[in-house]
Parts: sequence; C-alpha cells; structure tokens
Amino acid sequence: MSEIKEIMFNSDRLATDEYLVNMGPQHPSTHGVLRMLVKLEGEKVLNIQPHIGYIHSGIEKMCEAISYPQIIHLTDRMDYLSAHMNNEAVALCVENALQVEVPERVKYIRTIMDELARLASHQLWWCVMGMDLGALTTFFYGLRDREMILDIFEETCGARLTVNYNLPGGVMFDIHPNFQKRVKDFITYFRKKLPEYDQLLTGNVIFRERTEGIGHLSLADAIAYGVTGPSGRASGFSNDLRKHQPYSAYPLVKFNEILDHRCDTLARYEVRMKEMHESLSIIEQLIDNIPEGDYAVKMKSVIKLPEGEFYQRVETARGEFGVYIVSDGKKNPYRVKFRSPGFSNLFALNNMAKGHKIADLVAIMSTLDLVIPDIDR
Amino acid sequence: MGFNFYDFTALTHNIHVGLVEGFSPFMATTLEWVIVGTAYLLFVALFGLLLVYAERKVCAAFQQRLGPMRVGYWGLLQTIADFIKLLMKELIMPRKADRFLYNLAPFIVIIASFLAIAVIPFAPGLQSLDFDIGLFYLTSVSSVGVIGILLAGWSSNNKYSLIGAMRSGAQILSYELSVSLSLLTMIVFAGSMQFSTIVEGQRDGWYLFTGHIPSLVAFIVFLIAGTAETNRGPFDLAEAESELTAGFHTEYSGIKFAFFFLAEYINLFIISAVAATVFLGGWMPLHFGHLEAFNHAMDVIPPLVWFFLKVFGVIFIIMWFKWTFPRLRVDQILTLEWKYLLPINLINILLMAFIVLTKFHF
Amino acid sequence: MKSFIEYIVSIFKGLWTLLIGMKVTGKYFFTPWKNVTQQYPENREKLVMFERFRGEVIMLHNENNEHSCNGCGICEINCPNGSIEIISKSILTADGKKKRIIDQHIYHLGMCTLCNLCVKACPSGALAMGQNFEHAVWDRSLLTKVLNQEGSTIAENVKEE
Repeated sequence: MSEIKEIMFNSDRLATDEYLVNMGPQHPSTHGVLRMLVKLEGEKVLNIQPHIGYIHSGIEKMCEAISYPQIIHLTDRMDYLSAHMNNEAVALCVENALQVEVPERVKYIRTIMDELARLASHQLWWCVMGMDLGALTTFFYGLRDREMILDIFEETCGARLTVNYNLPGGVMFDIHPNFQKRVKDFITYFRKKLPEYDQLLTGNVIFRERTEGIGHLSLADAIAYGVTGPSGRASGFSNDLRKHQPYSAYPLVKFNEILDHRCDTLARYEVRMKEMHESLSIIEQLIDNIPEGDYAVKMKSVIKLPEGEFYQRVETARGEFGVYIVSDGKKNPYRVKFRSPGFSNLFALNNMAKGHKIADLVAIMSTLDLVIPDIDR
Repeated sequence: MGFNFYDFTALTHNIHVGLVEGFSPFMATTLEWVIVGTAYLLFVALFGLLLVYAERKVCAAFQQRLGPMRVGYWGLLQTIADFIKLLMKELIMPRKADRFLYNLAPFIVIIASFLAIAVIPFAPGLQSLDFDIGLFYLTSVSSVGVIGILLAGWSSNNKYSLIGAMRSGAQILSYELSVSLSLLTMIVFAGSMQFSTIVEGQRDGWYLFTGHIPSLVAFIVFLIAGTAETNRGPFDLAEAESELTAGFHTEYSGIKFAFFFLAEYINLFIISAVAATVFLGGWMPLHFGHLEAFNHAMDVIPPLVWFFLKVFGVIFIIMWFKWTFPRLRVDQILTLEWKYLLPINLINILLMAFIVLTKFHF
Repeated sequence: MKSFIEYIVSIFKGLWTLLIGMKVTGKYFFTPWKNVTQQYPENREKLVMFERFRGEVIMLHNENNEHSCNGCGICEINCPNGSIEIISKSILTADGKKKRIIDQHIYHLGMCTLCNLCVKACPSGALAMGQNFEHAVWDRSLLTKVLNQEGSTIAENVKEE
C-alpha cells in the first residue's frame, strides 16, 4: 500500500516515458518483412528507424555470374509489381551499350506493357491503402480489377507477376491475337470503375480527415532524400522520366506529368489516382497504332557488352529505377548496381511521420507504396 | 402448459408454477436459475456462431465474394468447425504477464455481455429481468466490459495490447455518453425506463416514426455511438489490424480468444436489440394508427420473428458501416464524440422535451 | 455565426460522402450474381489455362515416342539457375562410328524460375512450357524429373549435333 502511495504522490516515479515498439518484421502494415524500430510517446511517433535486409537476396551479386538475358529474369523478383519496367531497364541498358535499334513495334509493346503494369501496381496500392486505413472492402475491389490486367499479362507473356517479357533486342513473344481486344475491354471497364474508387475512398470524409495535412514532405526534403515517383511528384518534384528522358514510345504519346504541391498524404494519394487516368489515356493512344514488324531483332546467341560503364533509368510505378552495368567485355557483367526507388523513398519516412500518431505512420507508409524486395534486393 | 407462439407469458408462468409446486422454494429458485442460465448460454453460443457466419457471408457479399462455402451446405458449419478448432488450441501466456488478471479479463468481458442480455425482451413473456430501470441498468452493465478490455491490455505485457486497451478505454468512456443521451431522449419521449412499457408504448407506431425528427436523430446517433461501443466498424481502433496487429487480444489464444470474439458479437446483438426495442418497437408488429386490416395482418407474424427481423436489420446496417468505411484515428474519434455527437445530442434532448411538452407527436 | 453554419454544413457533407460510399458497397451486396469468386478445386475440369502459360518445362514427344532433343546443351547454358542437366551417352551407330546422344534430360522443377529462356534458346524446338500448375508433392525428390520419356528416340529429321 505504501508503495502505491509513493507512486501516486511522487511525481518522479509517475513520470511518463517514451518507449520502443518493433513494428515488423511481421506486422500487417509493413507489407513484407520490413522492421521499424518506432520510438513512441503514448501514441505519438518520435522517431522511426527502419531496419532492412530481412529478405536481402543478393541479386546484384548474382548478376555478376550470369549473362545479360538471365539478369532480366532476376529483376522481376525485385519490384515484382513493376516487373515490366525493371525488365525494360536492363534490356534498354544492354541495347544502348550495343547500339542496337529495336523495331517500332517493340517500343509500342513495351510502352503498353509498362503502363498496364503501372496500372496494376497502382490498383494494388490503392486497395492496400484502403486496407491500411481500415476499409477492408477496397482490397477486393482493387484486386478484382487488377485480375483483368494479370490475365492480359498471362495471355501474352505467359506469367502473371514474374513476366520476364523483355529480352535484349525486343520482347519474348509477339502479342497475343486477343491482346488488343482485351486491353480495350479493360480500358472501357476500368474507366467505369475508377469513379467508384473515388466514391468509396477518395471522397469519404473519414479518409480525407485521415490523410489531409498528414506526413508533410517538403520539396527540398524530397529532393534531398531522392524521393522519386508519385511520392516525389506529390511534393512538387518534377521527376517523371517518361517526360524528362523519354524512352521507348513515350516521345510519341501525349500525357501530363501529374504534379501536386500540397506535399501531404492526400496529395500522394491523388497523384497516383490521376496517374491511373493518364496511364489509361497513354494506352488508348497506342493500342490501335501498334505498327507491323518484328517483335525482336536477332541478337547474337552470346551477348557481350563492350568494355565500359552503362546506365539506364526508367520510371517504374514507384519512381526512378536505374541500372548501372560495368562491363569488362565478357558475357557476364563485372558489376551491376540497381538504383531502386523504394530504398530512397523509405528513408524519408522518418522525416514525414515524426510527430504524428501511429495510425498516421501506417497511412504515410502506405502512400510511399513500399515493396520490400525492391528495398532489400 | 399452453404453448402460444404469440405470447410466452403463460408458458413461463406455467413453468414457474410447476417448479414451485413440485419442489421446495429454494430448489425451485435454483432450478429456475439453472434453466434460465442454460437457455441464455445456449442462445449466446448459438447466436454468436450464427452472427459470425452472417458477418462472413455479408462481408463476402459486399466484397463480391462467396464467403465460406466448403464446410457444410454453403459453409453453414464453418463457424462450428472454427469453434472446435479454437477449443483445441493451446492456451499461451506471455512469460511476464500478470497471471491472475490475464486469465480474468476474458471472463469480465463475457460476463458483462451476459448481464446486459438479461433485460432484452425477445417476445411477450420472454424476458428474464423486467424492472423499472431496465434501460439504465443496461447502459451501466454494458460499460463494465471495458474493464475487461483494459485488464487484458494491461496484463498481457505487450505494448500493442496496452495501446489498444488505452484506445478502447478512451473510446468507450466517451461514447457511453452518447449512447446514454440518445437513449435518454427516447426515455423522455416514452416516459419510462422499463422495457415492457417502452414496447407497449409503440403499439400504435414505432417511436422512430412517432417521435418526429428528434427520434430520427437519436436513432442515427445511437447507431454511430453503438457501433463505437462494440469496438466495431470504423471505430475498431482497439484492435486495428493494420496498426496494432490485434490490439488488446493480441496475446490471447484458444478459448480465451474465443471469449473476446464471442463477446464482440454478443455486444453487437445487444446494441442492435436495444436499437430495435427502443426505436423500432421490439417485438411489436408494424402498426399504423387506424389501418385496422393492415394491423391485423401484421399481427399474424409472431412477435419473435418481428424481433429478430428488426435486430438483423440493425445488425446489417452496422455491418454495412464496417465493410465500407475506413477507420478513424484516435483523436478524431474523440473529436467526433465531443464536438459533434454530444452537442447534437444535447440539443436533441431539448427538442424532444419541447415536443413532449407541447404534445406535438402522433 | 459563419463558423456555425460551416459546422452544420460539414456534418451534412460528411454524412453525404459516407452515404455515397455505402451506395457503392450496397450496390454490390444486392447484385450477388456478379460475384467474382472462382471455386478452384471444383472448377478444375473447366479450368483452361492460357496457351502461353508457363507451368513447367516439358519435352515434346510425338506419337512414335520421338523427341527432337539432340542433347546439344544450349538449354543448360541458358538456364540462369542450373535447373537443367543433360546426361549424354555414347553409342555405336550402324556404320560403326561412335556417336554421343542424349541419355537423360534432367529438369529440377524445384529450382526453376520458369523464365522461358531454355525454350527460347532451344535450336530444335524440343522444349516447351506445359500448362500444368499443380506441382505439390510430398517428397522433394519428386520435383526432379527426366524430361525425355523412357524408350524415346530422337526424331529423324532433327539435325545431329
């Protein structure tokens, strides 16, 4: 009894204390095996220390032992939601090193596939975002619509997620005869479903309260941390490589780079929602005009890059993805480095979530759209 | 023993008389306790399982899925299979948990639900406790459950549990106000806290319709606050999956987890039953003033059916909330209560008092 | 006063957005025939995979139990993870010359990433991707398969190595 009295009236012992919570490696909101050491004061987040590497698979090292076409299939496994773009980055890098010009048809196919993959990725992000905020139904609506894109992939590429569709010098197969019809069906279908997404989540008063003004990332910070992709563009950082360094068929299409200057979670959300509309319009511009021709140029059976360093970057669904290849003239690269968008984006989290509540931390993490294998590689 | 599907008063009375005649007064009382207790236990267990099944099916339909389909016809036996699985699971306790409180917590939660269910009138004569402070009693015992939740969070020796429990504490303490005040509005209108009187008062029309706007507002507020009371829907921050894994019951397994799970659904039933009784007339069939033929037609449907129809209607609305809305944040939940629901409620009571005084109701 | 009106308006606006959200989910609730669930083991007979679907590597055999693999080993070189091993043997041909032909084309399904590079590289079109995707087995050793069927021979029109 006396002890309780002492605690009650001795303010030193009643002093509040901050405490550490391990979020992850197994936690529903980290979407994988990311571990964050979160310092909390009550519900308030004081500091976040991400610990990465739980599924480090040594892809960069593995690439040193295999040939260039084989590297491509490993990039599927990094950011599995942007598999097409990752594949394309390596393929473009090799093509540029060898100064191979791919047929127009390949460029068109690659661009359409990129945008479909971006749509699929954003759909998955949307449904997971809803789920992180507690609206569980969004998850199923998003996956339902994503299924149609995956079917398109499966029909043409042979796989749904790890597509491995690009090769140096072209694509693996020609598009399936049903491809154009399916894509057009999907566009008409998804144009009808997108307003539903807005009704269910974007307009919802609870959702807006949860996201507006939360997780401010200033333009200077976004550039300093290297936050690219939709997350960076929501801070007003114009970094869309499809505009600034166009590759494949992007110079031929008209689209807007979505920029937002509000810098908060809602801005990041709306940038992605608007990007879905842009992706649809890009696909619409290309799908009817795919030129006839070969789907790949004939490459040597053993591809050897000239000695030197080569870099190619593309815009994935998460941001800037770069491939840096050092070649010593053999059929294997001497060194490969991937610049993955998720890695840079993750480390801006501390800056954004400090001072907010735990629930906001989940929302902010969700708008960064993290894919853990992309971070760990 | 006359069995009448429209009025159970005779049945329960006959059982009582039979017991008193056959046994000593002490034995008769004990036997009555046993019978009533068994009946409630059976009801709670079966209805809880049914509600879990209904929730899974309803949520599946909202999400364009089928839900459980494999165990039994259309998955009807799924929840029973789950329950058996939970019974057989190992009971795990964290090493530094407070042993006594950790074991006590699930019982407090489920006992609170049992206490509250006693005053619900299922049909005429099917109500074990009908006394003059029924609604008051119900609001007070239903808030006992939060003690169990707080204990569970505290004794688990887990930070996630503790955060969940604290959230739940803050939430239920605040929303208790709204539940009570919206019920108070209806008490002002009905002039009684006794359930039987309240139901009887709705013979000529449900309070939701006869009470004009104030009762409609009270109904909406009660639905929102009741959802928050049951830790459901957009107010499930005590067990917010994406933030706190499972909140206060993170460390519980097996049958103790089942207790929390069952208590949540029984609370859902209680809130819906109260809403159905106070606003929608309980077991009273749908009556409109002087439409005699219509009223007689409605009387053909037994009261028990009416009661459960209304309860399921309210439960469906609450499930609809849960499967549509994102979760609120802890400070927003308090903002909603103190800045919106409470002022609305207070004005609403004044309005209702004015209506009652001027007899401006049907 | 202005802020009070804003307060009232915000309540109704908020409720309206909530109702719109409920309309979306409600619409799907009351149209259950639009459900998208596929009940997998039940629809096994009707399930048709896309022709390009990559389920496993198979070797094509014709009706005479002949395949086109001459054991050149290009697939083995092209495989990024060593899933393919080719074991060849020497035989004496009719005219008394020694010749190396394929004995076993060993395929480790457990290591395969189904990247299609072996099929793409095969000069004689002996390999293909099969549509079977039910690969679960009780023993890991069952995942190592011999692709050329027992007693099969090389088809005549295949170019010798």
